[in-house]
Amino acid sequence: MSEILAKYGFLIVPIIKVAILVLVVLTLDAYLTWLERKVIAHIQARWGPHRVGPHGLLQPLADGIKFILKEDPMPTGVDKKAYFFAPFLTLMLALTSLSVIPFGPDITIFGYTTNFGIADVNISLLVLFAITALGVYGIALAGWGSNNKYSLLGGLRSSAQMISYELALTLSVVGVLLIAGDFSLKHIVEKQAGDLGLLSWNIIGMSKDHGSFTQIIGCICFFIAAIAETNRVPFDLPEAESELVAGFHTEYASMKFAMFFIGEYTSMIAVSSLFTILFFGGWLSPFPASWTLTHYLPSVILVPLGLWVFYDGTRYETILGRIILPGLGAVFTLLGAGLFLSSTVNELIQGPFWFFAKVGAVLFFYIWMRGTLPRFRYDQLMDFGWKFLLPVSIANVVLTSAVIMWRMK
Amino acid sequence: MVPTSYYLVLSAILFGLGVLAFVFKRNIITIFMAIELMLNAVNLAFVAFSQALGKPDGEVFVLFVIVVAAAEAAVGLGIIILTARNRRSLNVEHVDLLKL
Amino acid sequence: MISGVLVIFFVLAALAVFGAVSLILQSHPIHSALSLILVMVSLAGLYLLMGAEFIAAVQIIVYGGAVMVLFIFVIMLLNAGVEERTNFSKMATFGGVPLALALGGIIAAAIARSSGQLPAPTAAAQGALTSTRELSKLLFSEFVYPFELTSFLILVAILGAIVLAQREN
Repeated sequence: MSEILAKYGFLIVPIIKVAILVLVVLTLDAYLTWLERKVIAHIQARWGPHRVGPHGLLQPLADGIKFILKEDPMPTGVDKKAYFFAPFLTLMLALTSLSVIPFGPDITIFGYTTNFGIADVNISLLVLFAITALGVYGIALAGWGSNNKYSLLGGLRSSAQMISYELALTLSVVGVLLIAGDFSLKHIVEKQAGDLGLLSWNIIGMSKDHGSFTQIIGCICFFIAAIAETNRVPFDLPEAESELVAGFHTEYASMKFAMFFIGEYTSMIAVSSLFTILFFGGWLSPFPASWTLTHYLPSVILVPLGLWVFYDGTRYETILGRIILPGLGAVFTLLGAGLFLSSTVNELIQGPFWFFAKVGAVLFFYIWMRGTLPRFRYDQLMDFGWKFLLPVSIANVVLTSAVIMWRMK
Repeated sequence: MVPTSYYLVLSAILFGLGVLAFVFKRNIITIFMAIELMLNAVNLAFVAFSQALGKPDGEVFVLFVIVVAAAEAAVGLGIIILTARNRRSLNVEHVDLLKL
Repeated sequence: MISGVLVIFFVLAALAVFGAVSLILQSHPIHSALSLILVMVSLAGLYLLMGAEFIAAVQIIVYGGAVMVLFIFVIMLLNAGVEERTNFSKMATFGGVPLALALGGIIAAAIARSSGQLPAPTAAAQGALTSTRELSKLLFSEFVYPFELTSFLILVAILGAIVLAQREN
């Protein structure tokens, strides 16, 4: 096995990684929609989807079947090239942006050391910015191609919003680049790997060689700009249901709308991953590396979770729930026990576990903001982007560079 | 490995196509896009030489060309918007008030 | 056996030429803009092939993500329609186009024939990536004066665009 990998590894390993990543991300997207509906519902004091499967867990499946079976109309007078190309472009860019994100440290399987992401390029941060910059076209072309004045207005407003906040997004990251000295996301995470655990992440930025400074201002600017980039509440005026019909995706139905939808959630996941890598230490554990007992944390979380799901399943109302939920609970418990017993797999799983835990926390925060905040009016939005966020990002760059230069003297 | 002359021939072809578009199209925005195409062809030649000589000077110059092209696009499109509002047409053949 | 680098070069070059030809042949300006974006992205791929990774990223971010977005906004706002079909003069079609192609051919032949005198890229320089560090060292030491001038130029361009876009009141 290791001989085959050594000879042809450069060809088959990326293909396997791409297949796994696409499967994982599409499932994550689907269950992110479930999570969003449940969390917003509970914030608004109602139940979310709870009929389709136990606790509504099969709702994404039902949505998927609906998207496939629904009629896909094409309005007359649309610009065919732009109308067909736009959702495809959005989805393609969103999925491509996941290829440069490292989900964990380098792993060695069967003697073959490989990066825990698909591509390990020197300029991965710039690639992500380039993809964000190209993402404007999906929305502008969708608005234009739909032969509908509301779509055009929504598309233009959304594109203008995206390019305004793109500047603040790029500048708020410059502080992190000054600390890391490199555009590569892997090096940025490795630079945060001091022995202080949580305290050496970029958001707090204590490090032994004083090459680091707290990036809290950059972190807040980046998060706000990222929410504006992905067109989420409170910046979702261009696609809100009660304004402008549905904005740029008014004339899109079923499969093309599903492509926009999946593209939006995937870009949300990509931006959250970027946020954790830049400011929260990526795959690093919040505990210092010397506290080896914390390596059992995944099992400590999974086993009680599994037992609780099992218990909840035995008391569930429907028969389907009483079969699926205990099964799910048993799987979690066995997984937790397996991780406790086998230490090689446990070590492999540490990086991705912390990474996905942090990304999950950021996504929960995104959904929490959607359920809580009202939306900005368009002129307030543009004012905020140009007159507040951009100067604050530039001030962060100046401050960080001044402090680092003074400390390195 | 790709010889430098291949890149230069490609740059010349793109430049020639840019000139063709500049001469033959009548929509002012398309003519402007032909100018951007010519600038891109020149950038390609710069980077090709920068790689051949092994020095990064050509790439620094490409940065300057990109910045100047962006500034020119901003002001040029402003002028185009004003002219289009004034003459109510984007066709360059209609902007002929100074013709005898 | 043709090397993989040559194959990638021909694919990207064919895409770039296809985009440029499509810019000329399309009737609606927005399709021309999309073809120009295709040219720019394939040129970014060629820069990456030559090892200029930072320039490739800047090309996509600035040219493809800002300048072309500006073009597309203007086309959408001015509602530029399909170009009218006027007939070219006989001189233009039967005289001009062959002459232009001949000119292009002569230039290309001259370049190809002189390829012996061009500095051949050394094997090390071919695969070498120009690191951003080198580029920025050069930019801020030797070229710092043009750098400051370009920042001034951008300021002037912003002011000019704002003044031009004001309504008369």
